[in-house]
Amino acid sequence: METAYETKKQSPAKAAPKVKRRKTGTFRRDGIKLLLMAIPFVLLAFAFHYVPLFGWIYAFFDYRPGIPLSQAEFTGLATFRAMLSDPEMLRVLTNTLALSFLAILTAPLPLILAILVSEVKVEWFKRLVQTTSTLPNYISWIIVFSLAFSMLSSEGALNQILMNLGIINEPLNILGNSDRVWSVQTMLLVWKTVGWSAIIYLAAIVSIDSEQYDAAKVDGAGRFRSIWHITIPSIMPTFLVLLLLSISNLLSAGFEQYLVFTNVMVADRIEVLDLYVYRLGLVLRDYPYSTAVGIFKSVISVLLLFMVNGLSKRIRGESII
Amino acid sequence: MVRKMSVPDMMFSVANYLFLSLLVIVTIYPFYYIFIYSISDSFEAQKGVYLWPAGFSLESYKTTIGLRGLPDAALVSLMRTVLGTIITVLSCSFFAYLITKHEMPLRRLIYRFVLITMYFNAGFIPWYLTMRAYGLQNNFLLYILPTALTGFYVILIKTFIEQLPQSLEESAKIDGAGYFTIFTRIIFPLSMPIIATIAVFAAVAQWNTWFDNFFLVEDPKLQTLQLVLYNFLNQSNSIANMTTQEMTQNAEARTMTPQSIRMTITMLVTLPIVLVYPLLQRFFVKGIMMGAVKG
Repeated sequence: METAYETKKQSPAKAAPKVKRRKTGTFRRDGIKLLLMAIPFVLLAFAFHYVPLFGWIYAFFDYRPGIPLSQAEFTGLATFRAMLSDPEMLRVLTNTLALSFLAILTAPLPLILAILVSEVKVEWFKRLVQTTSTLPNYISWIIVFSLAFSMLSSEGALNQILMNLGIINEPLNILGNSDRVWSVQTMLLVWKTVGWSAIIYLAAIVSIDSEQYDAAKVDGAGRFRSIWHITIPSIMPTFLVLLLLSISNLLSAGFEQYLVFTNVMVADRIEVLDLYVYRLGLVLRDYPYSTAVGIFKSVISVLLLFMVNGLSKRIRGESII
Repeated sequence: MVRKMSVPDMMFSVANYLFLSLLVIVTIYPFYYIFIYSISDSFEAQKGVYLWPAGFSLESYKTTIGLRGLPDAALVSLMRTVLGTIITVLSCSFFAYLITKHEMPLRRLIYRFVLITMYFNAGFIPWYLTMRAYGLQNNFLLYILPTALTGFYVILIKTFIEQLPQSLEESAKIDGAGYFTIFTRIIFPLSMPIIATIAVFAAVAQWNTWFDNFFLVEDPKLQTLQLVLYNFLNQSNSIANMTTQEMTQNAEARTMTPQSIRMTITMLVTLPIVLVYPLLQRFFVKGIMMGAVKG
């Protein structure tokens, strides 16, 4: 105990050799001052991130809004047991995993876009592509919904154009088609994020030593072989990190996106875990069950993060978090 | 060396340019469409707008700006963006500075305590009940307090401050300046590159956030522009009803279709982002690079 305390007290002074010459008294007083100034921030983090964790207790009681928790009956793990036999849970998990996996499948698209952009030699065109393709990253899902609605709804521009050209007679119901909702939502996600995600890869490509390309050219390698043997291997580490991160977010399929795009026709197939938690809680007012599903999600997400981090350490010798 | 392109290379180039042009069109056209629709004559536009505005009229802007609740919502969105950004930048940067001071006891513990918040989430109902318990329901502070201290920003600023030259701070200290003075006079001004980046991150996030408004604020005086647009799109809320009401009351507004108003609100919500977009792009890219370096 004693020694542990000693080393702890010593280490700050060792780490900051410049203040060593000052008297320990001032040093300690400075430390207290700093600590006092840091307290409001610690409280802020505590209030908005740690305090809500105490709300997990609702999952273990038969709580109804309006009655104080102290009068609610303790139910133990009954709510969690009920969750395992809930057929809704199966449907919601299927939706969540399907949409997440589709998103992961599209992960190579930004990489491909980055390679295509880097192959453009006309500077202004390159900039045009980069500027326009990143714009959707900065707008909210509500705006995306409004844009998608004006393009894809039954009176939308796309249907009008196709009908005027005589390609179709009846307007396509793109946003209200239950069978296609997963692929439509994935395409919307790609539309919003592909340009932005490509920027990370583009930066990685720019940092590749151009001598490598020159050497390859001397050796008689064409464009495709240069891409395959130089560009792709150089950006693979970045790709892997982002892929691993997206796996740790498996259960957090975009809440805002599916909330704005939900409608009566597609509701069954677009309801992801987060939407279910919201419906259980605020619409059906079943706080204990909603909290239990939320706990389930949080715990699995943290476990996935640890797993993915371990995997990254093993593969790259570097952790993500 | 031979500068001539081989045939497959040539084909690749052509295909590449075509594909990327298509991508540009698919990205930009929806924005362009909304824009020309919003400046078209409302009823002409209903027959179809593709490349050029159908007729020209700014009536829809006049009507939309005159909608009850809209100027208030614009003000709320502006206030949360400005105040939220200021408070986030100030608290993250000051905290990051404190964390760089090695003489602070429990420094690593405190830093971790704040950083870990990036990786867990209590869930929806616990969040909802906690905010209500704090009295943040129907309260403007809900928009700006919870994000005041954001772990990711703290990492970025701390990394930046650590690579500033120590000598300036040392000499100020010898002159008797306290931590707070050193921060406001030296550290904060020197950290402007990263501060600007964080400010842009925070401002875009504030402008685009609406779920706090959606779940916890019903007060019509505290609605944000994003939510007004959302409600209008859903045609389910009072704003939508208000519009039809206004339209029947106001003879001038009767020349306006709901589509025109929807397009115009969308334009008004998107416009601030598009206007500062070149700036955003520069700082966002810088920020994400620093984030990538740090992991």
